[in-house]
Amino acid sequence: MIEIKDLHKSYKMGSNSLHVLKGINFTAEEGELVAIMGSSGSGKSTLLNILGMLDEADSGEYTLDGVPIKNLSETKAAQYRNKFLGFVFQSFNLINYKSALENVALPLYYQKVPRKERQEKALQYLERVGLKEWATHLPSELSGGQKQRVAIARAMAAEPKVLLADEPTGALDSTTSYEVMDLIQKINDEGNTILVVTHEEDIAHMCKRIVHLRDGVIVEDKKVKQVRASEYVQ
Amino acid sequence: MFNRDTWGEIFLSIKKNKLRTFLAGFTVALGILIFVTLVGLTNGLRNTFEEFFNDDATNTFFLFPGRTSLPYKGYKSNRIIEFDNSDLADIEKNFAMFLEYVTPRISRSALTKYKEESNNYNTRAVAPGHQFNEKTIMMKGRYLNERDIEDKTKYAVIGRLVEQDLFGNKNALDKYIDIGGSVFKVIGVFQDDGGDNEERYIYIPYTTRQLIEKNTDEVDQIILGFKPEIGYAGAMAFQASLDKFLRDKKYISPEDPNGLFIRNVADQLKQNQQFANVLAIIASIFALGTLIAGIIGISNIMVFVIKERTKEIGIRKAMGATPKAVIGSILLESVFITTIFGYLGMLVGLAVLNSIGIKLEDYFIKNPYINTTVAVIATVFLILFGALAGYIPARRAAKIKPIVALRDE
Repeated sequence: MIEIKDLHKSYKMGSNSLHVLKGINFTAEEGELVAIMGSSGSGKSTLLNILGMLDEADSGEYTLDGVPIKNLSETKAAQYRNKFLGFVFQSFNLINYKSALENVALPLYYQKVPRKERQEKALQYLERVGLKEWATHLPSELSGGQKQRVAIARAMAAEPKVLLADEPTGALDSTTSYEVMDLIQKINDEGNTILVVTHEEDIAHMCKRIVHLRDGVIVEDKKVKQVRASEYVQ
Repeated sequence: MFNRDTWGEIFLSIKKNKLRTFLAGFTVALGILIFVTLVGLTNGLRNTFEEFFNDDATNTFFLFPGRTSLPYKGYKSNRIIEFDNSDLADIEKNFAMFLEYVTPRISRSALTKYKEESNNYNTRAVAPGHQFNEKTIMMKGRYLNERDIEDKTKYAVIGRLVEQDLFGNKNALDKYIDIGGSVFKVIGVFQDDGGDNEERYIYIPYTTRQLIEKNTDEVDQIILGFKPEIGYAGAMAFQASLDKFLRDKKYISPEDPNGLFIRNVADQLKQNQQFANVLAIIASIFALGTLIAGIIGISNIMVFVIKERTKEIGIRKAMGATPKAVIGSILLESVFITTIFGYLGMLVGLAVLNSIGIKLEDYFIKNPYINTTVAVIATVFLILFGALAGYIPARRAAKIKPIVALRDE
């Protein structure tokens, strides 16, 4: 599903150049649930942004579902993002003047799905994250966990090939974190490929595979026995 | 671009961001409102100007005798020049092809009495042609005619306010009034658009005045009207030959600035119109300035709006919005707001102008108006520039990487 070869990325900071990714090689198969771990500055978020076509690599190859991702125009990148990827961010990134339902329907709008169908589908995904009753509420009326669930519903609504989650539990307390992870595991159980960036050990162990990043290189890549989040959720 | 979804997005964005919408709209509405009002008031000023000078006929020369300041053909300087009836006849004879009318005017102030009422009025002893010069409008009775001049009748034509002063609500027609010791019969009452002073004159035949003043044949000044067909250039040529004719006849040096004066109303009018035009140009510059200020205002707000929406743009891009979609929705929203508010501002401006009407007449502004085309063009202008002002930052915002936009807090 995802194939990365010798990926490099550096940022210009004034006259200095900060080499963040120093040759990453990584593959993820369909249906995997991978945790990308590392301390801050290890390059994990940068890697996720490149995977999500939100940022561009300096060199290296990146193939997503058999499609080479290289030298994309903004328009093309937008279309690929819409077609292939769903995003979940640490800070939720919901549009604050739109209701939960409208937020979930947003990717469908850009897929040019007709209005009625869009609404139905969005409601269906909200139901799946258990927030059907909150459909008409604004993000400001929702708790952190609810916001993140709306964000997950939004990411799933477009039926992407890969779900990318950047510290999805970073802004949540542990109980809520487990609820969110439970949801992510369930989505993975249905066969979706999910990449989760985190620095929390317990969250990482709820995935099926952990990739450790340090100073821009992968230092460890191991399969783990998945801890089910449902054990902690009442 | 024009499907229901796009508009749904736009209305939602407008509805949920009322302050932003209001600020942008207010700037545009105010810009157009001030522009329309300013242009309208300038037009009102010009109206007053035109009316002011259209009260009296403009195809008119006023001839005044003076006192020579140069010796000429054996005559010493400092000689008093006077007009008399022969001058009237000579002008009539020699310039018949240019002339519409010629009339003398002898002005005297006189105590005028009717029964117990009395007042001082200016009497003007004139020929019938004077009616065209002042554009005197007869309310009742008649004006002086040639028979009155020939017969030296003691007839008087009085102003509306003279009748009001002396007769109250009663009819003055065919009554006898005492003007400076002579009894005159009122044969007509007139009105004049030139204001109250113009309606406090009394007109009598100039021959009667001359008879009263010991049968003299002198006249104070001569007023003549030329045919409008001769045009401005013709009038100037006529003035020159008239000047030469009178100087020859009265032995006044052609170089003498004081012996004879001819006031050419057409020439004055032209100068005044130029003055009004300069005023209009200055006002237009101000109006244009307002419009530019409006454009700068809306540009500033657009920059602010897009800065404010950077994160939203980032989210939308992450969700798969193409740059075109981002720019399109921002532009459509801004054009929609500027159009609605621009139109509103224009309507309010037109309403303001309409409501002014003649209320500001004391400030020389009457019936202000604006050409609708001008108002619409100005509005469209502002909308276009608002769109352009929105396009540049919108394009930049659509180009920034979503990751940068998402980090924006």
